[in-house]
Amino acid sequence: MRTDDLINLLAKDARVSVRFGHIFLIALAIGVVISAGLLLSTLGIRKNMIEAIETPRVMFKLGFTLLLAITSTRLAFLIGKPGVSLRSAAQTLLLPLSALLIAIAAELFVVPQAAWGNSLEGRFSSFCLVFVPMLSIAPLAAILYAVRQGAPENPGKAGAAAGLAASGIAAAIYAWHCPDDSPLFLATWYSIAILVVTAAGFLLGRRVLRW
Amino acid sequence: MSHSAREEEWAAWMSAAMAGDTLAYHRFLKAVTPYLRAIARRRCDQFGASPSEVEDVVQEVLLAVHLKRSTWDTSRPVGPWLSSIVRNKLVDSLRRRGRHVSVPIEDVVETLEAAPHDEGADRIDVDRMLEGLRDPQRDIVRSISLGGAGIRETAERLQMTEGAVRVALHRALKGLAALYRSDRRANG
Repeated sequence: MRTDDLINLLAKDARVSVRFGHIFLIALAIGVVISAGLLLSTLGIRKNMIEAIETPRVMFKLGFTLLLAITSTRLAFLIGKPGVSLRSAAQTLLLPLSALLIAIAAELFVVPQAAWGNSLEGRFSSFCLVFVPMLSIAPLAAILYAVRQGAPENPGKAGAAAGLAASGIAAAIYAWHCPDDSPLFLATWYSIAILVVTAAGFLLGRRVLRW
Repeated sequence: MSHSAREEEWAAWMSAAMAGDTLAYHRFLKAVTPYLRAIARRRCDQFGASPSEVEDVVQEVLLAVHLKRSTWDTSRPVGPWLSSIVRNKLVDSLRRRGRHVSVPIEDVVETLEAAPHDEGADRIDVDRMLEGLRDPQRDIVRSISLGGAGIRETAERLQMTEGAVRVALHRALKGLAALYRSDRRANG
């Protein structure tokens, strides 16, 4: 085929029916709804949430995980768009990270040293390690699907960003059930779960995000 | 024409194209191709790919620009977007031809900014690719690209609706891009 013929062909398919941004939003919404539905239909929201939500630790947990979900999802969105600088989006990830570090410092200050170990271990770490990755599955599939429609420069990095976003969303959802409230617990068990999903996203991304 | 004026013109064409203006899109693609060819030729020279491969690379890059155009945000400049797509596809395409290359983004930007010297041998390579498509996609591609027919004529001849022809065409282009990828991989 001559290049001119190919151009004729491409020109006939000019219209773009759905913009990348819309695809991303729709996929994201589906992923979030499935994941939230999964939590509600299995574990449910913690029984005493109405009182618990007023305590600083629970407030921090919900806020921190939501902030992580938003900043990492934004990065995953931008990474699918060619020619867009990712620096500032990547830097916003420092917001949840520094918030967590401050919370850890506050926790260590408030809680006597003898109780640090118990706060860190919590009561239901195995739930956290199972449910955060499980609740990540739908958002991860949705975000990978969306980013696949985009044009990420580096498939592995884009996959990792998708994994981070998906596990951030899953953490923000699981936090509504999670009965362990210490920032030390968050920093340990949530982080492990998030790292696992991010690594899975990296490996998946290298396979499915080539274009 | 200055670089920025040209870029604005490209952006206007692309914007109209995404809204369905096939004429504007044709202009955009015709205008961009000489630049793509200049970049591809330089890279093929540099990395010892045969000159006959240049046109294949150009066509592959065009397909990528086409299939990823929904990622361009009409409020942003088209230059960085285009450079980024071209660079990525170029690296990818040359790598599949067995060359481990890196293409600095600045080079792509420079070439897009400079005036191109155009001429261009065409390749028959995609004809073989067409074998990989099924009907009616292959029929539609032949009819429009080689026969120069429009969507409506093609639809009439194949007794399909115009909408169905559009959908099939879009799938065919996706299929072509996929064939490019797998073909190169299979041939090492």
